[in-house]
Amino acid sequence: MAQHSSPTARPNWIAGGLSTIWLIIIGVPIISMIVWGLTTERAFRDAGPLAIPTVWTFDNVTEIIDRGFLGYYWNTAIITVASIALSLVLALPAAYAIVRSRSWLASASFRMFLLGLAIPAQAVIIPLYLIITEMGLYDTLIAVILPTVAFTLPLVILILSGALRDVPRDVYEAMTLDGAGSFRMLVNAVIPIARGSISAVCIFVGLNAWNSFIFPLIFIRSEENTVVTLGLRQFQQEFAVDIPGLMMAVLISAIPVFLLYLFARRWLIAGLAGAGGR
Amino acid sequence: MQLPDQETSLPARRAASRKRAPRRTGTDHAPRPNAWYLIPALLFFLAFAVVPLILVVVLSFSSWPGFGDVEWSGLDNWERLWNDGRVWDSTRITLQLTVLTWVTQTPMAIGIGVWAAGTQRNRAFLSSIFFLPLLLSSAAIAVLFHRFLDPNYGMASDLGPPLGFPDGNILGTSHGAFIVIVFVSGWQWIPFHSLLYQAAARNVPTVLYDAATIDGANRWNMFWQITLPQLRYTVVTSSVIMIVGSLITFETVLLLTGGGPGGATRILPYLMYSAGFESFEMGYAAAIATVLVVVATTISLIIVKFSGFAKMRSTLEGM
Repeated sequence: MAQHSSPTARPNWIAGGLSTIWLIIIGVPIISMIVWGLTTERAFRDAGPLAIPTVWTFDNVTEIIDRGFLGYYWNTAIITVASIALSLVLALPAAYAIVRSRSWLASASFRMFLLGLAIPAQAVIIPLYLIITEMGLYDTLIAVILPTVAFTLPLVILILSGALRDVPRDVYEAMTLDGAGSFRMLVNAVIPIARGSISAVCIFVGLNAWNSFIFPLIFIRSEENTVVTLGLRQFQQEFAVDIPGLMMAVLISAIPVFLLYLFARRWLIAGLAGAGGR
Repeated sequence: MQLPDQETSLPARRAASRKRAPRRTGTDHAPRPNAWYLIPALLFFLAFAVVPLILVVVLSFSSWPGFGDVEWSGLDNWERLWNDGRVWDSTRITLQLTVLTWVTQTPMAIGIGVWAAGTQRNRAFLSSIFFLPLLLSSAAIAVLFHRFLDPNYGMASDLGPPLGFPDGNILGTSHGAFIVIVFVSGWQWIPFHSLLYQAAARNVPTVLYDAATIDGANRWNMFWQITLPQLRYTVVTSSVIMIVGSLITFETVLLLTGGGPGGATRILPYLMYSAGFESFEMGYAAAIATVLVVVATTISLIIVKFSGFAKMRSTLEGM
């Protein structure tokens, strides 16, 4: 299988066979989802799941929009953008202090964030529910944003402090000569130099927020605050027979990530690598 | 975190690697940030992650229906938990799921990752398809497969009989539902782990293969003698992520099987969720959550102990 640098260019039949099987396993559900999403409920029922439908339509898109999917999209977008912004506002100065500060607090909190990586979000939903209801935030988008940011914070700080360690000391020295304070150094030098890692972190937090399910499930009740992932669950229950409608909803839920895949694949993969570590 | 940096070829990265050697010697006199840079993040993380973790243990000694006052109930929840057969079943199912997840996903991810690191024709095209499941959320994947396996409308009526489910109701049997959870989480996560292995396999020095070829090694030997040993850190990283992740396969279970049939897929997080938010016994749910934390921590510690995986740094190197 490890033929990538082997000079013998014989075809590897085992690897070829296995990758064909895997292609079918991955491809069949995805192609079916797309094909089913583009036909009508009636045509789907008449033809059965395996047939190529005779009727092609985008009507499912309209139907989903009529059921309020755009509103869910809007809420998810707010949660995603706000989570990214809040993460950066909290994590950038913190990572900067962890790397540059000499105080015991910096090293102690770095250790705490390292340990924090191990806290499973699922395990603390009950006390979080208590905290959120006590704060009067139940059924608000803020209730989703706060824990989403808290549970991405350890990895975000870890990634950013790794990147900030690579900022050469000469940069700080040079800026001192210019009379810059530590805040101006952060904004004018450190952030521009670390922009690669900052992009990766934004995508990591954004993916977590966009795909977040358990926090909305626990904290959001009303229709007007529903998010995309919860909307899919509702459609799953409501669209008992309308499989094409449901499949179109699943497809639409992935559009922003798909666009990232097309236009910023490198950053998406960097963000995903972090997201899987969560 | 190596990956974002490896993926970039920013001037910063080059500058940084040039400066790496002298970085640690001496000191500079530039102004340093004070504690206020750190305190907001610290307080935020304490409030929404550390305090909840402590509270989960505290709440396990209480009875609280999700509204009104929290009342202390001593060891009631723990006594009940000890005698609750469902908790033991759930723990067993969770561990079974974890083991089966690892056993199925690791070899496939290594195979696909090593293959995708190669230079075959069509490789780029095929791997861009292989990684498509990464674009969908857990919720979307669970909803997709729920309909896919619907015995009335989906493909299950066609797929079921050859797989040994004559009526096509795969999700309706306890054995079938469990296999479906393993399969769907594999479908979702193997691409991610393949990515890790692909990146690692690309970093294996070509010289090793050249030398082996001169020695007359065949491809099979090269895989076992060169590729796999070179991937050992990635195996540890990937396994930790996989095992901890499979302990919390909550969305898939909730949307695909609802813990059923008859509790056959009721893993610990699901049992906790249904105790807390369906039966409104938050105190009891907190006790189950404590068990979950203990199980997850124990497993992580065992991996750390037996793999020399002592620091988070190694995980990041594995990426």
